[in-house]
Amino acid sequence: MTVDPRDYLVVAVLLFSIGVAGFLTRRNLLVVFLSIELMLNAGGLALLTFARVRGSMDGHVLFFLILALAAAESAVGLSLFIALYRRKHAVEAEAVAELKG
Amino acid sequence: MEQVFFWAFSLTVVVASLNAMLRRRPLACALSLVVSFVGLAGLYVLLGAAFPAVLQVILYAGAIMVLVVFVLMFLNLPEDEWSRRSDVKKERMWPLLLVAPLAAVLIGLVRRIELPEPAPTSPEFGSVAGVGKALFTVWSYPFELVSLLLLVAVVGAVVIAKKKLD
Repeated sequence: MTVDPRDYLVVAVLLFSIGVAGFLTRRNLLVVFLSIELMLNAGGLALLTFARVRGSMDGHVLFFLILALAAAESAVGLSLFIALYRRKHAVEAEAVAELKG
Repeated sequence: MEQVFFWAFSLTVVVASLNAMLRRRPLACALSLVVSFVGLAGLYVLLGAAFPAVLQVILYAGAIMVLVVFVLMFLNLPEDEWSRRSDVKKERMWPLLLVAPLAAVLIGLVRRIELPEPAPTSPEFGSVAGVGKALFTVWSYPFELVSLLLLVAVVGAVVIAKKKLD
């Protein structure tokens, strides 16, 4: 492997940071959801990098599990999004602030 | 050669992700993220993970993002409404002050990790057969739990999205 594995990890960190930034700054809940997907992907990239370094396929299996988790999360998250729009005609995170102290 | 592909894919992924977080319209965000996910699949191929790369394109760039776009069409909001509701406020920018140092520290740490020389891989590495064998032997218990998780998620999604909650 001619590319330093650490470079892959740097890309993963960059992706994760972009995801965190989007998660914290965007108002639209759908974009917040997409930011979470981005962070999950960053984790997947790190897993696959370590799998390559160790020459073990456990990282690939963990990536598969993350993928299944993301699918479950998107099903529930998007239906919550639809339910919120039905009740309040809102797509913003501020619309669900009733529990704010 | 590998270097060239690595930089091309990394640049695609980072630029597309940044674009996704900066665009105002959610549809543009979603489509930009599809580009980013396909670029990630390229990086996975470079890491010798062919099967995860295929899954990434089919499941992430395919299934999950189609679901997102489907929901966007389902709500059927006019375009200017989306833009207005997705506006980013200036007073909500302060978290970036925390994210930037976090990224800098993490990159500094990651660059100093001591990694052994990458182990030589078998021809089975990252193939469907290899991953499948690991999945159904060592990881069979988590695999079954994931099927339960998916069942619960699908039932939950149907209940939550129903018109009337009894």
